[in-house]
Amino acid sequence: MTAIGQAVGNTSTTQLLKSIVAANRRAKTRYRLIYSAVWAIILVVLAIALGTTGKIDFAFIQKWGGFILGGAGTTIVVCIFSITMATMLAVVGALGRLSSNPVINGVASFYVSLVRGTPLLVQIFFIYYSLPEFKIVIPGLEAGIIALGFNYGAYMTEIFRAGIQAVPKGQREAAEALAMPGNLVMRRIVLPQATRIVIPDLGNQFVAMIKDSALVSTIGVTEVLNNAQLAGSQGLQFTAAFLVAALIYWGLTIIFSTVQSWLERRMARGDR
Amino acid sequence: MSVALGEVVVTAHGIQKWFGPLHVLRGVDLEVREHETVGIIGRSGSGKTTLLRCINFMEEATVGRVKIRDIEVVADPLHSSSRAQQEQIRLLRLHAGMLFQEFNLFPHMTVLGNCIEAPMRVKKVPKAQAIETAEKFLTKVGLIEKRDEYPPRLSGGQKQRVAIARALTMEPDVLLFDEPTSALDPELVGEVIRVMEELAHEGTTMIVVTHEMSFCREAADRVIFIEEGVIVEEGPPEQILDDPHDERTRQFLRRFLSSNSDAIDAAAAAAPAAPALDAVRAANDASQGHG
Repeated sequence: MTAIGQAVGNTSTTQLLKSIVAANRRAKTRYRLIYSAVWAIILVVLAIALGTTGKIDFAFIQKWGGFILGGAGTTIVVCIFSITMATMLAVVGALGRLSSNPVINGVASFYVSLVRGTPLLVQIFFIYYSLPEFKIVIPGLEAGIIALGFNYGAYMTEIFRAGIQAVPKGQREAAEALAMPGNLVMRRIVLPQATRIVIPDLGNQFVAMIKDSALVSTIGVTEVLNNAQLAGSQGLQFTAAFLVAALIYWGLTIIFSTVQSWLERRMARGDR
Repeated sequence: MSVALGEVVVTAHGIQKWFGPLHVLRGVDLEVREHETVGIIGRSGSGKTTLLRCINFMEEATVGRVKIRDIEVVADPLHSSSRAQQEQIRLLRLHAGMLFQEFNLFPHMTVLGNCIEAPMRVKKVPKAQAIETAEKFLTKVGLIEKRDEYPPRLSGGQKQRVAIARALTMEPDVLLFDEPTSALDPELVGEVIRVMEELAHEGTTMIVVTHEMSFCREAADRVIFIEEGVIVEEGPPEQILDDPHDERTRQFLRRFLSSNSDAIDAAAAAAPAAPALDAVRAANDASQGHG
């Protein structure tokens, strides 16, 4: 009696579970379809709207698109060098901000305050236009990298500081109980764990930097925006040129965001 | 217990600790001899964990001094961050291994990595030798097959056993246990207690802050009862646990034992509920079958 009841119950439960799975899958597919359709409709509407203005000359895009895209290499190079410099500054800055030494802490927090309190564009101009007055001449590309690295270093100092503070106190205690001296505790135990914590933020900073790097076009670095300005003035087609530039930046950020989330998933799958 | 006690290894003298206005330790003296296992019991907030943490200066006492082997550190809260004091504390810690409630394994290093990090970088032991020592102790705690695993993949009991192996690789003169089984699921307590009992019987010098009375009874040479920052009573486990002289000890043990038997009663009361529920489910299934 009970056995029969359970057998029948199991069959109906199996069917129910199957239909739930199927229903969930249908709902998900529907959601994705609508979601993609919304994107497609917005894109098409925008394209038609722009097309009807008559300001977009496709021959121009064909002729100059490649040239503007060529600036993407410089954009990426600037970002990679700047993010490297910023990361190094940020580690040093974060250790400074956490130091119990008032001199070191004072220097680090002054740096963070000054850099975060002034516009990036002003910092770029200062390094490129003002330093030569003190006989320090830095070419555009290098000046741009230094300015971006210096600027992002300050923001990332705070990110690293939070990351270091997020490492559980017990980790430090365990290392100290093993008689590890302070520098070893930081280098071998705290910093590696802090780095893992800040990696998602580091990715966000990199994507943000791709866009901010457009500012170095103002000092003659031939990256995407600079090339777009040049192309636009050559053919008097600014709308088309800047549209291409915008699309390139958009594409770059999408690519790097995807890479970033892929990396994060891979790391999450590891040992944590 | 099976090894005769040797000379005094740990001396804590006149330990007092204030946390702000709170007088947590009110003058504690403690001597522990080689091969001795000392169990420290007391209710939460009695100061037992603070006392343990004062021994290796995880917490710096406000007043007092600690000597382990030939290294003595005098509490000096006005100069605790001075380089000389920090170095002296570090030397003291070379003699004392510590086990934490939360294990505190390094999650970014393998089990083996956890066990060779400090020997190699602090004691400058050559890598091959450090690995050999680590493997010896991992075998001892029964986890040699996990040597290349990362800690987050281990159970709580396994983590604590690795932590014990890690502490042993530094070849300390005394092991300090801070409630080593309190964070464990009940079914995992046994495996850690077994390792600790084995160590005690082999003559490892240990100071164990714990709620495991059975461990104290089985493995401790001496049990100390602490209340309100002073040692109320100490003696052999059978005397402290079965025939405490002080009323406060008696009260603590009575409450402790009754709260434990409450838990057992509750479990027993819950047990019959499960079959009853099954019966209801079966009846439901049967009626569905008919419908």
